[in-house]
Amino acid sequence: MLTIPDDLHYSEDHEWIRIEGSVATIGLTQYAIDSLGEVVFIDPPAPGRQINAGQTCGEIESTKAVGDITSPATGEVTEVNQGLVDDPTAINAEPYGSGWIYRMKLAAQPEGLMDAAEYRAHIE
Amino acid sequence: MTKQTALYDCHLQAGATVTEFAGWAMPVRYTSEMGEHLAVRTAAGLFDLSHMGQIRLLGTSAAEMLDTAVVSRVGVLAQGKAKYTLMCSEDGGIVDDLIVYRLADDDFLVIANASNTEAVLTRLEQQARKTPVTVEHCDQRVLLAVQGPRAVSILGQLAEQPFDDQSYYSIRPNRLAGHDVLLARTGYTGEDGFEISGAISDAVHLWEALVQAGSPLGMNPAGLAARDTLRLEAGMPLYGHELTFETSPYEAGLGRVVHLDKQLFTGRDALLKLATVEPKRKLVGLIATEKRIPRAGYEVQDPNSGKGIGWVTSGAPSPSLGYPIAMAYIDATSTAEVVHVDVRGRAAPASVVALPFYRRQKGN
Repeated sequence: MLTIPDDLHYSEDHEWIRIEGSVATIGLTQYAIDSLGEVVFIDPPAPGRQINAGQTCGEIESTKAVGDITSPATGEVTEVNQGLVDDPTAINAEPYGSGWIYRMKLAAQPEGLMDAAEYRAHIE
Repeated sequence: MTKQTALYDCHLQAGATVTEFAGWAMPVRYTSEMGEHLAVRTAAGLFDLSHMGQIRLLGTSAAEMLDTAVVSRVGVLAQGKAKYTLMCSEDGGIVDDLIVYRLADDDFLVIANASNTEAVLTRLEQQARKTPVTVEHCDQRVLLAVQGPRAVSILGQLAEQPFDDQSYYSIRPNRLAGHDVLLARTGYTGEDGFEISGAISDAVHLWEALVQAGSPLGMNPAGLAARDTLRLEAGMPLYGHELTFETSPYEAGLGRVVHLDKQLFTGRDALLKLATVEPKRKLVGLIATEKRIPRAGYEVQDPNSGKGIGWVTSGAPSPSLGYPIAMAYIDATSTAEVVHVDVRGRAAPASVVALPFYRRQKGN
């Protein structure tokens, strides 16, 4: 049974976002990580960078494939999970926990995201 | 319609993720490709290789006939010995890389890559026409492999005849768990190991007996992903990547298997010419200094001018070494010790090294 936490929102590109006021934490869903396999390299957006929702802002590479990180929201990157960059295996182990990728200060509340139930329907 | 080997259900039961490879549904990984790879290096791995072509040649002039079809002298093989060789086209390009095993004076087994089995069969059948040699595609046989330092201990529990004195590149009939097999000390991992040819009706029993004997010793089933990283570390070429119809043996560093003093074989005239000139490109190893993986098809560039000097043929993170490794063809004239690989638009530096990347410890 694929884990899809109820307190998060989801984009069509399989990113999850935790919104706490104007601060958001972003990662990739278990579905995306399972498809990639063992992750060996993550290239997240740098702190200070302004990104728009839907924009490709980074890359994630597994033993066999490369995927884009597409920002689900518009705003400024405030923090990157350096522990994850140093040891990408955390994203395979805890995609919703220690495998978070970056944090941002939201310029606006994101639109067009799915809740857990909608995302589950989307991937099934 | 993808084909399944006789062990398909065993793979599913072991949790395999299945992928399509050369028209076959094969296990790409069971648990973790890195874990399966490391198990082969430290204990053992169990592989289903039944998608590969097993071709038997029988008849009084089988040796002579086979010698016209492959580039190495195989007629001189003693009974029970094997040789890695190439089948080349008239132009000297590579049709397949093969292992030829001599089972008896007039009895040979040829193992071909799954993707080239049809082509190899067709060429052998053509060569056999008007000779008393029969060419048989043994599609009612399976091929398994146990590879790793514990292979001898594992097979020792099941083998009826002694085998640990078998030299590398040899083959002998034996019985494993009561089933008749051909046991060959060959492999594609760079470790000690054996390849086992058995009857399709014995496949599941053989697999289960091997799992039962091997699991307590740390043996894991290993899929195609691990198979690829193991052979890459060992510097072994893969058809479709380092070896193609457009590649000459000399570019691939396989000149030593071409025996030009053998008078009559397909491709000899072209290979004679190729042997007299410097190849235009050479196969090298690359070690990436960053984490991004140089992958097949990525361009290799001179680090100063940015000019393209070649391309990557295979690349992956090396589980045993801990950094990305790759094989690439580059201009034979290049003396660069460091090159750039164009990884999706960014230049990733890589050191040029001789192959292999990994050699097993003596005594393993």
